[in-house]
Amino acid sequence: MVETTLSASIHPVDELLTPPLSLRQLVWRRFRRHTMALFGVVVLILLFTYAFGGALFLTESYANQTETGVRLQGPSAVHPFGTDTVGRDILARTIYGGQISLLIGLTAVLIETGFGILIGAFAGYYGGVVDSVLMRITEAMLNIPQLFLLIVMAKFFSGKLPNITLLGRTFSGSVVVIIGIIGLTSWMYLARIVRAEFLSLKENEFVLAARAIGTPRREIIFQHILPNSIAPIVVSATLGVANAILSEAYISFLGLGVQPPTATWGNMLDGAYNYIDTAPWLWVFPGTLIVLTVLSINFLGDGLRDALDPRSRVA
Amino acid sequence: MGTLLEVTDLRTRFSTPEGVVHAVNGISYTLAEGETLAVVGESGCGKSVSMLSVLGLIPIPPGQIASGSARYRGMDLLKLSEPELETIRGREISMIFQEPMTSLNPVLTIGRQITESLRTHLGMDHGTANRRAAELLESVGIPDGGQRLRDYPHQFSGGMRQRVMIAIALACAPSILIADEPTTALDVTIQAQIVELVIQMRQQIGMAVIWITHDLGVVAGIADRVIVMYAGFIVEEADVESLYADPRHPYTVALLAALPRADRRRDHRLKSIPGAPPNLLVKPQGCPFARRCDFVIERCWSDNPALAPIAPGRKIACWIDVKTGAPR
Amino acid sequence: MTRYIIRRLLQAIPLLFVISLVLFVLMQNMGDPVATMGGRSVTRSADRERLRRQLGLDKPIAVQYLYWLVGNDWTKIDLDGDGVAETPGQRQGVLRGDFGASLVNRGKPVLQVIWDRLPNTLLLMGASELVIIIGALLIGIYSALRQYSVIDHVVTAISFVGYSMPIFFIALLTMYIFSVNFKRWGLPYLPTVGMFDPGVGKTTGQVALHMILPVFSLSFIYFAGYSRYVRSTMLEVMSQDYIRTARSKGLPRPVIIYLHALKNASLPIVTVIGLDLPLLLAGAIVTERIFAWPGMGRLFLDHASRSDTPVVMGILMMISVAVVVFQIIVDVVYAWLDPRIRYS
Repeated sequence: MVETTLSASIHPVDELLTPPLSLRQLVWRRFRRHTMALFGVVVLILLFTYAFGGALFLTESYANQTETGVRLQGPSAVHPFGTDTVGRDILARTIYGGQISLLIGLTAVLIETGFGILIGAFAGYYGGVVDSVLMRITEAMLNIPQLFLLIVMAKFFSGKLPNITLLGRTFSGSVVVIIGIIGLTSWMYLARIVRAEFLSLKENEFVLAARAIGTPRREIIFQHILPNSIAPIVVSATLGVANAILSEAYISFLGLGVQPPTATWGNMLDGAYNYIDTAPWLWVFPGTLIVLTVLSINFLGDGLRDALDPRSRVA
Repeated sequence: MGTLLEVTDLRTRFSTPEGVVHAVNGISYTLAEGETLAVVGESGCGKSVSMLSVLGLIPIPPGQIASGSARYRGMDLLKLSEPELETIRGREISMIFQEPMTSLNPVLTIGRQITESLRTHLGMDHGTANRRAAELLESVGIPDGGQRLRDYPHQFSGGMRQRVMIAIALACAPSILIADEPTTALDVTIQAQIVELVIQMRQQIGMAVIWITHDLGVVAGIADRVIVMYAGFIVEEADVESLYADPRHPYTVALLAALPRADRRRDHRLKSIPGAPPNLLVKPQGCPFARRCDFVIERCWSDNPALAPIAPGRKIACWIDVKTGAPR
Repeated sequence: MTRYIIRRLLQAIPLLFVISLVLFVLMQNMGDPVATMGGRSVTRSADRERLRRQLGLDKPIAVQYLYWLVGNDWTKIDLDGDGVAETPGQRQGVLRGDFGASLVNRGKPVLQVIWDRLPNTLLLMGASELVIIIGALLIGIYSALRQYSVIDHVVTAISFVGYSMPIFFIALLTMYIFSVNFKRWGLPYLPTVGMFDPGVGKTTGQVALHMILPVFSLSFIYFAGYSRYVRSTMLEVMSQDYIRTARSKGLPRPVIIYLHALKNASLPIVTVIGLDLPLLLAGAIVTERIFAWPGMGRLFLDHASRSDTPVVMGILMMISVAVVVFQIIVDVVYAWLDPRIRYS
């Protein structure tokens, strides 16, 4: 009632409707939202600079070079982040591991988004049997925890791919496997979002108009409806990068992810708990980098959601 | 009749991102025992906020009561602590609201929502409270009261829910009922029934009623006295007959001209008030109605007229005499 | 309501069927079951072939699935490989409760293998879920009622970090602080691995002590997101008209918050808890691995790495059933909380 009374008198009323805030608090809140997203962007740029710029100073062969004589050494001038169980330099490995982790995060999301959009769009646009079948599969996939699926799929594809040489560097074939399976096990939420968008958008006048003049279905789906549902897709994909990086970390931590010598932030943690009391630097550095990355992406995604989707009010 | 409630110089503001909204700007009025006072004005004129402020029901922040007092039986309601106010609300002063669809808690039974007042304020035990609640439902015109206690709000129609709201508000026989546009959201036929019900209950309980509305048509049938509000100010105060027969503030004149009346010729055109109520974000300078007023004079733009008596029981806040159009 | 539950259970059947098919296909490349089963002893190729036929691996995948589903005791298998099926099948199939036998623990029924570990996982997850829900409600409601207070800001910050943290990191961190360093500083420290100290025995106190760190780690990351969710839901509910009505009735504040508001706010919260069960299960694998907790998650990892397909398949199917049943329970609780929903 307070709201209705006021809403008639001042124009931009949305802020007034919920939740009750003083002016100072509201400004602070918006400012904070923006700064958090900005903070996320800045940290992400720094992390990318670290992972890709750092490669200018330390070579990959140095990162993969084992020297058992200096294994499990604490941080020092020579090895600022210490050395791991076989004497590799952890600083160099976090740099090259970061490249792989970020690469996996970004490319897995491409697969996830592609799948999610295709399945969601077809289910939402065609409806009926297509919709039921696709949604039953989606439901089935959602029913099994992603990590269990990842483990099973990692086993399924393990050893299938040879090492890959790209731009003069050798990558473990498992990188491709991990990217693929993360993408294949994470598209379900996005598919549901896209489906819901399509269900509501396909009844809109502009779609009916396009159909009336005989626009081909493919064109309607991809050129008329899809651009209108881009906002939730962008938000979901951004948050998906964070999820993919976490997934890689989990599966590699369990020893089923990217195989050494290729480093990722996740597989650097594999086995670290055996040295919990003697060598904390084994997990502190890569772990912190993972948290920082995921946190920044979450901030960014949150900011994007606020900016792109004014309907959602996440307090 | 003695004075039951005396509100003096009440000012309520809201802090918003766009600036401070001056919702209520120093209003004073009294309510006598057993009297029905109508508060009239367009949406957004501060009539609801002024009543919610008295009961401490505006959200703070962003709301803020900047000044004023509200004396009720020797207490200043605006100075009471929250626990003290809780003993007043629902027991001494009750409210019913505009939206019967959303004003009842959807996940609690009607019985629970009526009896909790009885048990909180009157200390009734479960059984007594239930019997009393059933009686209350019957008395507001809901048959099978005892049966319906177990029902949930969604099982009632809008009009029925408003009856339930009235039963809740009147459960403890309060001395004041504040009705905040209780008929606005209802069908016309139901509106009349609800008005009738409130009149009937008023006589039964002997309470005073503050009836907030933007509908002058309803006012004629129910009120003893009328306060007209505009932009957070009281612009006219009069007993109901004088107001209809002889409106003295240009805003009241305009409101009445916008009202269909049986005593006018059929082809008489209703007159709408041009423009919109002022932006309450701007601290008012001059008379807030000046921009829409047919009688505006130079002085209106610089000075805001205070509410001043012009006859016994009659006050207006205006520089001019609407009869002659000349300054008073 | 009973009819609704029955209908939901019936709808779950095709879903579980689809899941089992997908999983069965994925199981095909888990590794060589014969090697797992026989170890190094089965070196003679004749023995290997015999074992393959006994496991039904010589049959096409469709037939293998059929045997897994309904068993093969109604037919005969060709054990000696002479092309004549002479030995009656032994398996009863999952539809009759026979998930086969573990390849690692030779001959031990899968259900028995899982059953041995299940209570430990339930204990861990139940305790964590309890901590998550109670903690998130307390903190979420508190920050909603004192929006933008210092504590609210602190909770917001912690919840963002917690939400972004992998379980193993918080687990390693807490182990490092409360076990390694507390021990180093001569403070009472917490145990990090196992369910009890073998020197003391499996007492309630021991198990409780060993549960502290795993439960804390598992709760922390979910607790973070949940308290945010409770907070925003409570804020939304507290601004509703019926809360104003409750206040206008002069009800005491606790009644308004814990009855009028919380009962409404619990609706979306219950939904989220229902949807998040798979996430919690995933968290349990990692937690059990780090803290060497002898539960189903570790069982899964151990047996997956040793290609024990029947056990892996059994665990996954049980999880699927649990998730489906849990979701039905959540829907029933939802209907019980919200009188507007009446399933028919």
